[in-house]
Amino acid sequence: MTSSSRNTSFRSRTDWLLRVVTRSCSFVSAIVILLVLAFLMSASWPALKSIGPVRFFTDESWNPLSDRFYLVPMITGTILTSMGALLLATPLGICSAIFDRFFAPPALAPLYRRLVELLAGIPSVVFGLWGLIVLVPLLAPLGGSGQSLLAATLVLALMILPTIALTSSAALRLVPNDQLAGGAALGLDRWAVAMRIAIPSARGGITAGLVLAASRAVGETMAVVMLAGNVAKMPTSLISPVRTLTGNIALEMGYATESHRSVLFVSGLVLLGAVLAAVLVAELIKGPSR
Amino acid sequence: MLRHHTKSHRTNAAGPRSLWLGLLGVACLGLIGCGSSAYSSVSDGEVSGRLTITGSSTVAPLVAEIAKRFEAKYQGARVDVQTGGSGKGIADVRNGVAEIGMASRALKSEEQDLNSHRIAADGVCLILHESNEVDGLTSDQIVDIYLGKILNWKEVGGKDLPITVVHKAEGRATLEVFLEYFAISNPDVQAAVIVGDNEHGIKTVSGVAGAIGYVSIGTAEANASSGVSIKLLPLNSVEPTRANVASGSYPLSRPLNLVTRDSSDPLAMAFIQFCQSEEVHDLIVAQYFVPIEN
Repeated sequence: MTSSSRNTSFRSRTDWLLRVVTRSCSFVSAIVILLVLAFLMSASWPALKSIGPVRFFTDESWNPLSDRFYLVPMITGTILTSMGALLLATPLGICSAIFDRFFAPPALAPLYRRLVELLAGIPSVVFGLWGLIVLVPLLAPLGGSGQSLLAATLVLALMILPTIALTSSAALRLVPNDQLAGGAALGLDRWAVAMRIAIPSARGGITAGLVLAASRAVGETMAVVMLAGNVAKMPTSLISPVRTLTGNIALEMGYATESHRSVLFVSGLVLLGAVLAAVLVAELIKGPSR
Repeated sequence: MLRHHTKSHRTNAAGPRSLWLGLLGVACLGLIGCGSSAYSSVSDGEVSGRLTITGSSTVAPLVAEIAKRFEAKYQGARVDVQTGGSGKGIADVRNGVAEIGMASRALKSEEQDLNSHRIAADGVCLILHESNEVDGLTSDQIVDIYLGKILNWKEVGGKDLPITVVHKAEGRATLEVFLEYFAISNPDVQAAVIVGDNEHGIKTVSGVAGAIGYVSIGTAEANASSGVSIKLLPLNSVEPTRANVASGSYPLSRPLNLVTRDSSDPLAMAFIQFCQSEEVHDLIVAQYFVPIEN
C-alpha cells in the first residue's frame, strides 16, 4: 500500500489528496490514543503519588473510603471472567464458522449468518438483564446468590461468541478455493479439508477475531456488573462473587469524590495495561508478522 | 502470495482495532460530565434559560418529573437532568458544571460552603424475599447479619436457610445512611453480593430466597405493590411507610436536597422554589417520597 502510493504519488493528484487525508486521519487517531493515555496518567497521578503503586497489591482489602486499596481481586476477576469466556466461546465460535462455511446447506447458510449477526447486535444491558432474571436464579441452587464468576463468564461467553463466529467465518471465506479444491482432489473429506487446510490457512484472521473478542470481554461492564456479584475479594470457587476492573469503575465512579476518583482512574490505567498485554500476547502467539 | 498478503493485512489491523475498543471505553469516562451551558434570565416574572441538574439517582426521577412541569409552565426554560450519584452532583456544582446538584443526604461538614434546599424526604428500608417467614429484626440482629455473625435465618426465627447479604457499592448515599445508622464500618461487612442502584438491589433480593438488602422506601414500595417478590421489614417495630417517614417516627430516613453554590442564579432559585411549592406535592407522592411542610 505504502510503496504503491509512493510510486504514483507524483503523477496523480488524487493519490496526493488521499495520502494527505489518510496521513492526517492516522495522525489524529494516534494523538487521541496518546491524549487518553496522558489523561489517565494525570487523573491517576494523585493516587499513585500519595498511595504508591505497591499498596494496590499489598493492602488488606478494597475499601477506598477507609483507605484500603487492594486491586488484585479486580485484576483477577477481569482475567478469570474474560479468559473463561474466551475458553468457552472459542471452540463454539470456530465450530459455528466451520458449519457456516463447509457444512451448512446453501439455503440455510445466509440465514444462519444473519442469526449470528443478530446475536452480535443485542445490547449488553439486555444480556445482563436476561442473565439476572433467568440465569442467576438457575445458578442459585449451586450455592450463594447465583451472581457469581460462573454467571458472568457464561453470559460473557455468549456475548463474544458471535464476534468469534463472524470473524472466523470471514477468515475462512478468504481461504482460496484452489487450496480447498486441491485438498478435495487428494481425496480428503470435508472435515479434513476444514481442519487441515482451511483452519491453518485462516489462522491469522481467526486470531485477530479472538483478540477482538478478548478485548470486548475485558471491556464489558454493564452485563458483568449485573451478574458478577461485585464483591471485591479473591474468588475461591466458580460460584464466588467477583468484581472486574470495569465493574469497579462503573459501580463507584458516579459517587466518588477527589481521592476516591483518582484511585478509580488507577483501575482504568490497569485496565488499559491489561488490554495492551492481551494484544502483545496475541502478537506473540501469532509469531513475528509476515 | 495472495493469501500471505491478506493474512498479514488482517493481522496488522487487529492490534490497533482491539486497542481502540479498550481505549474508547476509557475515553468515554473522561468525556462524561463535560458540556453545560448556563445562560438564564428572570425578569418581570418571565423565566427562561437553560439549567443543568446532576446528581443522586434517587432524586433524579422526581426532579425530572418536576422539570417537565416547570418547562410546561415557563415556555422559555429548559432543564437538563442527569444522574451519577450525590457525590457527582456536589462535585459538579462546585466545578460549575451544573447549576444545581441533587443529593440524597445532608451536606457533610466539608461541604458546608454549598447551600442545600430540602425538597422531600425518603426512608431506607430493609427488604427480604417474599417467602421469608421472618417478620422483624432488631437493630442488633441486622448488625450481626451484616457482620457475618448470624449466617442462617433459623438463628433469628426463620427457616433453615443461609442468609445472602446484599450490600451497596462504596460511595452510594443509601449505603452511607445505612452504615451511619447502624454504626457499622464498611470494611467489616461480609457481603455476598454488591449492587449498584436500588433496582439492581431489588432484582437481586427478589431472585434469592435467603437474601436481605436495603433500598430506598419509595422504590421498595413501588416494586412490592407491583408484585415483585420482596417484603419490607419493619425497623424497631416501626413500619417502613411514607406516613412514618413524614412523621419522623421511622428512624432510617434521609433528606432529598437540591444543592447550589450560592443564590445568584435566578433561574436555579426559581426552580428550587417551584420544587418546594405545593404545586409539585402530587409528583413527590407519586414517586413514593414524602413532601416537606414549609
